[in-house]
Amino acid sequence: MQASADKTAIKVRDFSFRIGAKEILRNVSFRVEQGQYLAIVGPNGAGKTTLLKCLDRILTGGTGRIEVFGRPLKGYRQRQLARRISYVPQAEGHLWPYTVEQFVLMGRYPYLSPFSTVGKEDRRLVRRTLEQTGTAAFADRMLRTLSGGERQKVLIAAALVQGADVLLLDEPTTFLDYHHQTEIRKLLCDANTRSGVTVVTVTHDLNHAVLESDRIVALREGRVVFDGRPGEIMNPEVLGEIYDTPFVLVDHPQSDVPVIVPSLPSRETP
Amino acid sequence: MKRGAVLLVLLLFALLVLAVAPFLGSENIPLRTLWEGSNDEAKLNILWNIRIPRVAMAFLAGAALAVSGMVFQAVFRNPLATPFTLGVSSGASLGAAICIHRQWTWAYLAYVGLSATSVCALGGAMLAILLVYGLTRARRGFSTATMLLAGVAVSFFFSSLILFLQYISDFTKTYRILRWSMGGLEQVVDFGDVYSVLPFAAGGCVIVLYLTHELNLMTTGEELATSRGVEVARVKKGLFFAASLMVGGVVAICGPIGFVGLMAPHICRLLIGADHRYLTPATLLFGGAFLVLCDTLARTLMAPTELPVGIVTALLGGPFFLWLLLARVSDEGIG
Repeated sequence: MQASADKTAIKVRDFSFRIGAKEILRNVSFRVEQGQYLAIVGPNGAGKTTLLKCLDRILTGGTGRIEVFGRPLKGYRQRQLARRISYVPQAEGHLWPYTVEQFVLMGRYPYLSPFSTVGKEDRRLVRRTLEQTGTAAFADRMLRTLSGGERQKVLIAAALVQGADVLLLDEPTTFLDYHHQTEIRKLLCDANTRSGVTVVTVTHDLNHAVLESDRIVALREGRVVFDGRPGEIMNPEVLGEIYDTPFVLVDHPQSDVPVIVPSLPSRETP
Repeated sequence: MKRGAVLLVLLLFALLVLAVAPFLGSENIPLRTLWEGSNDEAKLNILWNIRIPRVAMAFLAGAALAVSGMVFQAVFRNPLATPFTLGVSSGASLGAAICIHRQWTWAYLAYVGLSATSVCALGGAMLAILLVYGLTRARRGFSTATMLLAGVAVSFFFSSLILFLQYISDFTKTYRILRWSMGGLEQVVDFGDVYSVLPFAAGGCVIVLYLTHELNLMTTGEELATSRGVEVARVKKGLFFAASLMVGGVVAICGPIGFVGLMAPHICRLLIGADHRYLTPATLLFGGAFLVLCDTLARTLMAPTELPVGIVTALLGGPFFLWLLLARVSDEGIG
């Protein structure tokens, strides 16, 4: 990992983005420090996914400034950017006609030249990543035959193999059972603490977001409405502002950050 | 190395077909003619000046159409995307029809080994592909199903323009356009046609072979491809350019030959998987050999009458494809 002068991985300043006439992001500013675990939260349609895609230049355009490791995003070739940032898309029942190993190998693309085959070093790295992510057991299976949880692990493995400094994830645990959710979280925490990968994850799961991340950014209607430490967002007033919903918070037995508990359904008494 | 073995088998199959096909036809030529040649000038003449150019042409055409079909299927991530369904074939046909109708010859093109019809067909193919490409750019999130429907509409539009041209042409031209639009290889009677297709087919194939890593990633979707470092817009332009080179070049000489572009890539995908580093050479070999085989059958089944090769490609390829599909449906599919 290349040390940047100010230790900032991604800096977004006054960034706005529209699709057609609709303004999706409005004057968004925030920064992601190297090695940080950042969660982006907010209601549906707040622009979280769009923001993530703009950071990896999957969506182009918009006004304002995005810097990646001190260099403006526009100054990168896509291949160079891929060595800095990797991306795990939202799970959508992808049916790609590849085996797990073939798919994960494609993560090495930014380091390949045309006509070349994948080298020994690449293969070794893929093997290691498959083992780290617990996907080695089904390396030869077709992606379409995997369960949702297995597939998500494979997507993360492919992103990790890319060897980028920053990992962007779009709702990595949505639709998964508790077991797989826990496994995915462990994977991400390991990548963050052991390999020093900067993690930026979009999530609807506030409880886990506050327990795992170093910082939280909340979007609402395309604007940043909260940017701070996890402890600060766990406040019924702040949360109510973001989600337009009442929240019930309780103290967590193992952490000094309170967590949300579901409130009783309001039923009219007969 | 299972996939390597499949590739080797395909290579041997292609070489075998290429070696045997020139000797078969309405008049079979015994192998010994080659060394006892001098006493049978006519047969040698048929072999060198008619059969071999035609077989070479069939191989080039089959390979080019199959590879361009593979490219469209990967870029649009749709098993039904082919030069036909996207209107590229009919665009090329329209270009050629206009050329025949206007009686353009542009003799100076002969110096660079091209004919006016080739250039017009290429122009038509490019126009169709630009239309399709423009449509994908015009609106974000244009689904591939919509794309295909648009392609079919473009295809019908061009086809009716061709009919219109036939309607206003005189009898001779109408016949030339009609005969040409049936597709086939029987008009290939010397090496001239082969030389005029070769740069298109070879150029297109080289571009596609250069972009096999990108094709793999495009198959997983443009977003993921971008995040892995593929310059999607540029790669797409390159691939579309390659595909229109191949389709335009082939259609200009052989007219629209159906089925190879749709089925050959699918058959190869079932045989060797969807990794384009292996799939591309496999499709090239199989598509070429398959069309040579079909053309040989077309020449011999009802000799001396020749069947249009399109009939044979579908009759032979259809059942074979269905059999493969049913036999391998377990885990690897088309998608």
